[in-house]
Amino acid sequence: MAEKPQTSANFSSVPVILLLGLFSLPLLVMYAYLFIDTISDTEVGSLIPSEFTLRHWSFLWETKTGKPNIWLVTLNTFIFASCITGVILTVSSMAGYVLSRLNVPARGFFLAGVMVLHAFPSVTLIIAIFIVLQWIGLYNSLIGVILVKAAIDLPLGIWLMKGFYDTVPWEIEMAGTVDGASRFTVWRRLVLPQIKPAMMALGLFSFLTGWSEFILPQVLAPGAKVQVLSVYLASLIIDDNNFDFGTFKAVGVFYVVPVLILYVFFQKHLMNIYGGGTKG
Amino acid sequence: MRILLDKFSKSFGSTKVIEDMDLEVGSGEMLALLGPSGCGKSTTLFAVCGIHRPTAGRILFGDRDVTNLPSQERNVGVVFQSYALYPHMTVEENIGFPLMVKRVAAADIKKQVADIAALVHIEDLLGRRPAQLSGGQQQRVALARALIRRPDVLLLDEPLANLDAKLRLEMRSEIRRLQKETGITAILVTHDQVEAMSMCDRIAIMKSGEIVQIATPSQMYNDPRTSFVASFLGNPPISLLKGKAEQGAFVLGENGLRLPLAALSGIPDGTALSLGVRPEHFGTAGGVPVEGRVVFAETQGRENLYDVVLPDGSVLRSIQPVRDDVKPGDSVRWNLDSASTFVFAEDGQRL
Ligand SMILES: Nc1ncnc2c1ncn2[C@@H]1O[C@H](COP(=O)(O)OP(=O)(O)OP(=O)(O)O)[C@@H](O)[C@H]1O
Ligand SMILES: [Mg+2]
Repeated sequence: MAEKPQTSANFSSVPVILLLGLFSLPLLVMYAYLFIDTISDTEVGSLIPSEFTLRHWSFLWETKTGKPNIWLVTLNTFIFASCITGVILTVSSMAGYVLSRLNVPARGFFLAGVMVLHAFPSVTLIIAIFIVLQWIGLYNSLIGVILVKAAIDLPLGIWLMKGFYDTVPWEIEMAGTVDGASRFTVWRRLVLPQIKPAMMALGLFSFLTGWSEFILPQVLAPGAKVQVLSVYLASLIIDDNNFDFGTFKAVGVFYVVPVLILYVFFQKHLMNIYGGGTKG
Repeated sequence: MRILLDKFSKSFGSTKVIEDMDLEVGSGEMLALLGPSGCGKSTTLFAVCGIHRPTAGRILFGDRDVTNLPSQERNVGVVFQSYALYPHMTVEENIGFPLMVKRVAAADIKKQVADIAALVHIEDLLGRRPAQLSGGQQQRVALARALIRRPDVLLLDEPLANLDAKLRLEMRSEIRRLQKETGITAILVTHDQVEAMSMCDRIAIMKSGEIVQIATPSQMYNDPRTSFVASFLGNPPISLLKGKAEQGAFVLGENGLRLPLAALSGIPDGTALSLGVRPEHFGTAGGVPVEGRVVFAETQGRENLYDVVLPDGSVLRSIQPVRDDVKPGDSVRWNLDSASTFVFAEDGQRL
């Protein structure tokens, strides 16, 4: 995690590093070529790039015919992922609290229900969802697909939050109520801050799954105006007329860069989700 | 403000924890709820502050019935056993929280926090977080937070349990000082009899959800109503000898010790009894000689503690000023002050 690796005096780490390095080498080479191929041209059959070019990145400044503008697509993806994060954080932080602390009727049923929904393969619902969305007029809209994606991811979020709430001591809440705070204030001012690391982790987690979601936008919002990056990327392969492998790779790199940045900055928070969320 | 519990009962599901408890705490009084673990002390306390709703009965503050009032409206200060400080807030924010939820102006809060912090001597710690405080400091913060609202009632749930011996002694007098200074009505939950006796005006001894006796510490010590009370108070504890009644005397075993006692007139011969003898009433003073063998000796600095086995196998404890002429294994003939003993019937009731 965040700690520095411990160096042990009677155990040399060099062989392990060598071995692991060797095993990861193919992966590393693949990533390297993914990037190199986007900024160069290579003769057919050769491994060494022959010339430098920015041709493959041209999608950034010129819109291809028949394709939406990349910046619009990026913005869509961003809105999509952010809204999902917002919805999931808001709903699961409240629902998790209720399930963990309040004596609601049919609490056991809700808990079991959340668990089952989490295990349920959502793809099987996609046709039904498609019909429902079309019927209420949210087909091919960002709102529709955001709602669907958030709903599908919510059970996990609620369950995780419930697990984190369970670890907050009751005494804090008791102290809060005898100090004169309403139950809502207690939740907002006293309990919520205790699970801030968990919120952080869940938020990141939701953003990343939203960013990489493909099936739902592909089926429910394929239109040019509401396209997200994953759908855009897929449309590049499907397009048989002017198939461009370099551009495909460049879009791929472009797609993955925000994820990498997030990982680099928030890796520590993301690990939290495995720290405390398993109880419950 | 007076606190009155009237036929208070509490059960969790089908487990009855407290049944028909009557308890009155006078205004400005500090009362100890003393009892073994699991007897329902915390449950009673939580009912008084409104965290638990009573299953039956009433709770009154002064003349006001607060039975159905939520905790927020009861104006009680509570110090929890674990202190329950808010870990994400500084000491200042912790203490000021009760005022903040009342929407007192920030400048006012700051001033009141400073005042109360001075009262409990934590002026220098206001910027720290609870994790950066020692146990005793956390305890003071919890106390300050409980007091800042000027509550009608102060409830303390084993506030000293987590402190070391020296600090405990210090905080004992500190809490008592604050309680007297503020004139607040307080209930102290504890299972430490020394704490209860030294800090409180009166003690209520509880056993499995019932109050066995309420009295001032000295009354309770000198006039226990049951053998449970007698064995709960006093350190080292009282020794209980099992014997029988015979012609107005307490008889231990076959032609063993024979103690004529006034309390036993009119008790039929052969009634099973137990005799309580406090360690300080068995030693060099006293009227009835008792023979036995010392099996255990321990010095406590100023005093020595001895366990003496009588011929029939029962054990008497004795505490005496330090002497070094008696060692384990020695036979001794010490005196028992029969006027200061207690006789209990088989069910534990004092005779
Ligand atoms: N929420 C609950 N549900 C069921 N039983 C409970 C609950 N809270 C307490 N009890 C039971 O009530 C009894 C009294 O509990 P309480 O916490 O009042 O004990 P206590 O006197 O404070 O003991 P201690 O000195 O260990 O704190 C115990 O037997 C306990 O198991
Ligand atoms: Mg307790």
